[in-house]
Amino acid sequence: MSNSIPEIEDCPMMLCVGTNMTECHPIIALRVKKAVRKGAKLFVVDPRKIPLAELADGHLQIQLGSDVALFNAMAKVIIDEDLHDKEYVEQRTEGFEELKKHLESFTLEYAEEISGVPKDLIRECAIEYGSAERAGIYYTLGITEHICGVSNVQSLCNLALITGNLGKRSAGVNPLRGQNNIQGAGDAGALPNNYPGFQDVTSAENREKFEKAWGVPLDPDKGITKITALDHAVDGRLKAMWICGENTLVTDPDVKHTTKALESLDFFVVQDMFLTDTAQKAHVVFPAAAFTEVDGFFTNSDRRIQRIRKASDPPGEAKPDWWIIAEVAKRMESGVHFEYDSSREVFDELASVSPIYAGLDYDRIDSGELHWPVPDHDHPGTPVLHEGEFINGKGKLQLLDYVPPSENPDDEYPFYLTTGRRLPTYHTNTMTGRSEGFRILVPNEWLEIHPRDAEKLGFEDGDWARISSRRGDVTTRIAITRTSPVGTVFMSFAFPEETLTNNITNPDVDPITETPEFKVAAVAVERIDAPAGFSAEPALREGSGRDLPSHG
Amino acid sequence: MTDTMKMQLDGQEVSFTEGETVLEVARREGTFVPTLCWDERLDPYGSCRLCVVEVEGRRIPASSCTLEAEEGMVVRTGSDKLRKMQSTLVEMVLSENPGDECPRCRDIGTCEVHELAEQFDVGRERFLGAISNASKEDSNPFLLRDYDRCISCFRCVRICAEVEGDYAITMTGRGWNKGIATAFGGPLMGSECTLCGQCIYTCPTGALADKKMVGQGSIPGKVEETRSICPYCGTGCSINLHARDGKMIGVTPALDGPVNEGALCVKGQFGFDFVNSNDRLTMPLVRKEGQLTPVSWDEALDYTAQRFKSIRAEHGPKAFYAIASGRAPGEGAYMLQKFTRAVMNSNQVDNCSRA
Ligand code: SF4
Ligand code: SF4
Ligand code: FES
Repeated sequence: MSNSIPEIEDCPMMLCVGTNMTECHPIIALRVKKAVRKGAKLFVVDPRKIPLAELADGHLQIQLGSDVALFNAMAKVIIDEDLHDKEYVEQRTEGFEELKKHLESFTLEYAEEISGVPKDLIRECAIEYGSAERAGIYYTLGITEHICGVSNVQSLCNLALITGNLGKRSAGVNPLRGQNNIQGAGDAGALPNNYPGFQDVTSAENREKFEKAWGVPLDPDKGITKITALDHAVDGRLKAMWICGENTLVTDPDVKHTTKALESLDFFVVQDMFLTDTAQKAHVVFPAAAFTEVDGFFTNSDRRIQRIRKASDPPGEAKPDWWIIAEVAKRMESGVHFEYDSSREVFDELASVSPIYAGLDYDRIDSGELHWPVPDHDHPGTPVLHEGEFINGKGKLQLLDYVPPSENPDDEYPFYLTTGRRLPTYHTNTMTGRSEGFRILVPNEWLEIHPRDAEKLGFEDGDWARISSRRGDVTTRIAITRTSPVGTVFMSFAFPEETLTNNITNPDVDPITETPEFKVAAVAVERIDAPAGFSAEPALREGSGRDLPSHG
Repeated sequence: MTDTMKMQLDGQEVSFTEGETVLEVARREGTFVPTLCWDERLDPYGSCRLCVVEVEGRRIPASSCTLEAEEGMVVRTGSDKLRKMQSTLVEMVLSENPGDECPRCRDIGTCEVHELAEQFDVGRERFLGAISNASKEDSNPFLLRDYDRCISCFRCVRICAEVEGDYAITMTGRGWNKGIATAFGGPLMGSECTLCGQCIYTCPTGALADKKMVGQGSIPGKVEETRSICPYCGTGCSINLHARDGKMIGVTPALDGPVNEGALCVKGQFGFDFVNSNDRLTMPLVRKEGQLTPVSWDEALDYTAQRFKSIRAEHGPKAFYAIASGRAPGEGAYMLQKFTRAVMNSNQVDNCSRA
């Protein structure tokens, strides 16, 4: 996030895009609710009638994957109405005239046709955003899990740049991270193109710095992404893999492909708390300690580095992740330093090689008040990024085109399928699924379908259905709800043992980030008799299931 | 100027800043002022009257939690008269909360009401019989509701609205029938309730409690609290982990958490069973004759290192790939990328952010 979470409550205009915040980030949603109570404007852009939309001044219920068309049209309105921040555009951005020209074809009529949002509403939202003194954009996977994920984000950045909303309090462009430490893992260098602190591996200067720090020559080429890595496993270029704490088999699109990839490996190591589906394929499984059993850090969505602390003992011989990796490394006899006594020493080393963590140690992150970059020990942290200037000089306005989803409904597969998360489940449920209470709340998977579509197909609430795509099929129950629009059905992926949603999702990826298009696939839905072997729970619990999205 | 404002507290001159309440000033000065309807996360409410203080120039004592400090104000706490009022109030409250059978005190740890009863050394005899309200049944998996023990401080209603923004419960009725109910009087699971559990942690009695903690109070051993961060999403809410003899028993929100300011959602509050789950892995496993077989650490580590070495020797650095967790602590991610880069000699490392 360019800005910190607490700032949200003073934001007078919030544009929430593709984020089911009340379920996925309930405590961030609290700040949004507070801002609304203080009189802020709220516009929600989401194909589904999510609970946040009930609080909004406007809900732009867009067609899946039409974001760029919509945001380009909004940018055009802002420029046409002369609401852009001329001084900021002049001093801090480049490419404005080109953008203005590029946007000529993105008329309100065009955007309405592509996105399905009434043009008056698009205009209203653009004018509110453009005229607010400070305006913040908040988004999650709804924006990035598309083949055009990067364009989607850039089209939002364009809006923030032309209105001068990057680099000031209670504004900005703010991706809300799903996993608790996904930010921290990237910060620490677990990326194929960056050393710790987002230092490019292809820069000779950076490489020399790390060669000096670690005392060995390093590879000058950037690595492949994990999506490509799975392909390389299938074609035999990749022989060994080490996966820490991820249930890849369940989280990745197209399970058949992932299974094949993992089964092709000569040597496969998994490190986890549980014998997950993925771990069952491994040659070696290391038992990992839980977060309550170790010291360490998590970096959250707003770049805040916080301490976690050991409170309980690991079961049996489970060990902290850092310890396990160091022990393997020592036995490789590479001569590289891997003698650490504590996680504190590991953190200190990270801080010594990463400029954005340079001013940090366990004492300084004790109260969790600091946001990176923290370049030195006296630095107060950076809750607001890009104040004064951008790291790379000027903010470049991007000329973006609308690219339709790679898979669209046709006669054979007439529905759009989109996926997401439900409040009491987390990711693939390896953690929440072990809590009895959560099983009661959300006993199993279900497919949400609009009443009109249900009627057409002759479905009653709770009926069984087979959902198939070009890649495979899954079986689940039906919940009739107006949450998703006509023609679009919705599922989560929390119950892999019964319903492996990623059997049917779309593996096409964004060409830049290689993030798969989880959010859009074309599927067919047909009624079937109740299958054997599924849990006897009804699809939805009385009085709450269907409306679950509105209150958990 | 704000920092020069002064008032008198029990004969001592103390300074305060504009907007501070007398209760806040007193607590800051370490003066004992009992409270019941007050919670630092909530707007002051002033219903229980337990926090009364005497203010010079006023005929009747005032509730200090709603009273803003003023320049030159002269305040006295804890006079005999005040203590008598307070102990009567505690006694009345106690009449609705028979101590001998308070499930909260028995199973979880002393509730605020019974702590106060101890401090004021009062029993429940005088008001016995005046138990109000009902409704014990609630099928939700997390929250114990026993409104017999409700003392109408409305902390639950207020935390639900003010802190969680859920507005799931409201006040109903009057007098002895006064109580808390969901919007339509039904069970929580059919209401707007998100089961975030924050109402149970503000409740000063045994009216609302954590079903999971039931039974915990009777186990001997000291409960240690350790500050940590919720692992369920990128928000980063601060929590306190409660453990006894090295075993997790529960979680409470950290009231001064910089992100959550004392709020949590259902996952952060109740999602910790996995830690104690009996299918946790406890030993390294190595596949032998097709079966994953428990082995010693040495065997698993040696075998792994030897396999990685031979694969690198035979197929080069790019035959290896590592994926770091986006959920585990960052030290592990740092180590895994260092291992990949410095030991395996490639940049073939990623985290799970792409999928
Ligand atoms: S659990 Fe949370 S949402 Fe439900 S009544 Fe209590 S405070 Fe409100
Ligand atoms: S308590 Fe809820 S909102 Fe807070 S970090 Fe945990 S999962 Fe996220
Ligand atoms: S604490 Fe002040 S009136 Fe209840």
